[in-house]
Amino acid sequence: MRFLKTLGYLLALPLILVAIWWASTLGETNFFVPTPALLAEAFAETWFGERIFSDVLPSIGRLVVGVASAIIIGIVAGLLIGSVKWLRDLTEPVLEFFRAIPPPVLVPVLMLLMGITDGMKVAVIISGCVWPVLLNTIEGVRAIDGVLSDSAHTYGIHGWARIKYLVLPSAGPQIMAGIRQCLSIGLILMVISEMFASSSGLGFTIVQFQRSFAIPEMWSGIVVLGLIGVALSFIFQWTERRVLRWYHGLREVENAV
Amino acid sequence: MQSETTPGTTPAPAGKTLPGNEAMLSVRNLKKVYKTDGGDIEAVRNLTFDLKAGELACLVGPSGSGKTTLLKCISGLMAPTEGEVLLNGTPVSGPPKKMAVVFQEYGRSLFPWMRVRENVELPLKNQGVPRAERDKLVDDALEAVGLSHVPQSYPWQLSGGMQQRVAIARAVAYQPEVLLMDEPFAAVDAQTRADLEDLIRTVWRKLGVTVLFVTHDIDESVYLGERVIILSSSPTVIQEDLTIDLPDERDQLNTRSLPRFTELRHHVYEQIQLAKQGHRPAAAVQTDSSAGSGAA
Repeated sequence: MRFLKTLGYLLALPLILVAIWWASTLGETNFFVPTPALLAEAFAETWFGERIFSDVLPSIGRLVVGVASAIIIGIVAGLLIGSVKWLRDLTEPVLEFFRAIPPPVLVPVLMLLMGITDGMKVAVIISGCVWPVLLNTIEGVRAIDGVLSDSAHTYGIHGWARIKYLVLPSAGPQIMAGIRQCLSIGLILMVISEMFASSSGLGFTIVQFQRSFAIPEMWSGIVVLGLIGVALSFIFQWTERRVLRWYHGLREVENAV
Repeated sequence: MQSETTPGTTPAPAGKTLPGNEAMLSVRNLKKVYKTDGGDIEAVRNLTFDLKAGELACLVGPSGSGKTTLLKCISGLMAPTEGEVLLNGTPVSGPPKKMAVVFQEYGRSLFPWMRVRENVELPLKNQGVPRAERDKLVDDALEAVGLSHVPQSYPWQLSGGMQQRVAIARAVAYQPEVLLMDEPFAAVDAQTRADLEDLIRTVWRKLGVTVLFVTHDIDESVYLGERVIILSSSPTVIQEDLTIDLPDERDQLNTRSLPRFTELRHHVYEQIQLAKQGHRPAAAVQTDSSAGSGAA
């Protein structure tokens, strides 16, 4: 019963939206707006086949590698910069500068430097995704409670143990907030990195469809992107609930008082 | 002064010291000055006292008398400006291995991402204590504070008093030689507080650990301690070092209604009031010309 209720909440609005879309395209013949049936047909034809291997999976692969690298680089550098005051003072202005550069403008630059390779596309994703993780980790590390830090200190917890038992969990909520932003930026950059002078990938395919006036196919590509986004979001929420169970519990208790 | 006529209390203006290497914990001419943008703030002027092994001493003083500063210097969290702290004859330069601290803010001293058991176990795990021994120490410590039934809860699921019990269990399991407590019961309700006071006496007698208990509560200091060290107001010196000659067996009802308890409580209260008015003990006045009212 509970499961059905959850499922209901999950699907109700999408179903209503599709219904409205169906009703409003009924009897119309706008070339640029396909009917739901036409789109579904194009979706199945376009994506259930060779394209999964030639375009979808390589794109997802680059996204995963890029985002994972950005998360690791962001957390490691963030722990370092957050813990060492002089390093923080030294890097802060530079970080602000690099963060302010919109990553899409790096695509031509990286293309010249690295060629049109998978490495270039991953580099574009990393260059945009690393900032929210890095800056949030720095903030999280800085905000460690003084009493908690003293407690760890008096019990002789330092070095790697301090990072493992104190710093990482304490900065966890902030880091997760950074990762959430990182995922949505990653998806955008995955598409953009494939739109310039590429020969495969989701971004490339969608642009190709648009240029060849294969409108339902183009729309179906956009639906694929949306579905990838939803899947990422679910994976993130699932992980976050497990990693930060203590945090949500603590917040609930604090709010109840 | 009336305070000096209280029967049976011999005023000892400076802290008691022990000869040679008898002291477990020695504080020698400790001074702490905070350097701030608005000028220097002298939190602690000159403190000297010893604790012998297995002693339970309470440190009481008016608010703002540098109690926490002193404790941070003793625990090695903060370096004194002058003077030194010795643990078993060895100068303290960082948190010593054989010392545990229980802080006032229980909600901020336990790791909220760890369950009760993991919190108590962590310092032992970090020291590389073998699994079997660790389990036993943790079980015993949780048993001693009466929390064997909640090892799988998170600290924030427990009441304030129970959280402070977890912090005490963590300190007990660590098997320290010296246990420092910084106003540990200031934030719990009165009934819980009485229970926790008795718990400290029990744990102390069972383990034979040296305890330095910082509090601003006069009743608590007299009830708990074998000795009460009264601090002056800031800049801090020792106002008086008082021996508490109450029977060793204490309980909340009977001990607190003893005439001797009332006398001692009265005496400590008077000293604190004097301290608040800026009265300094005779020994300190010689080096402190700014103290107004004079000691005699």
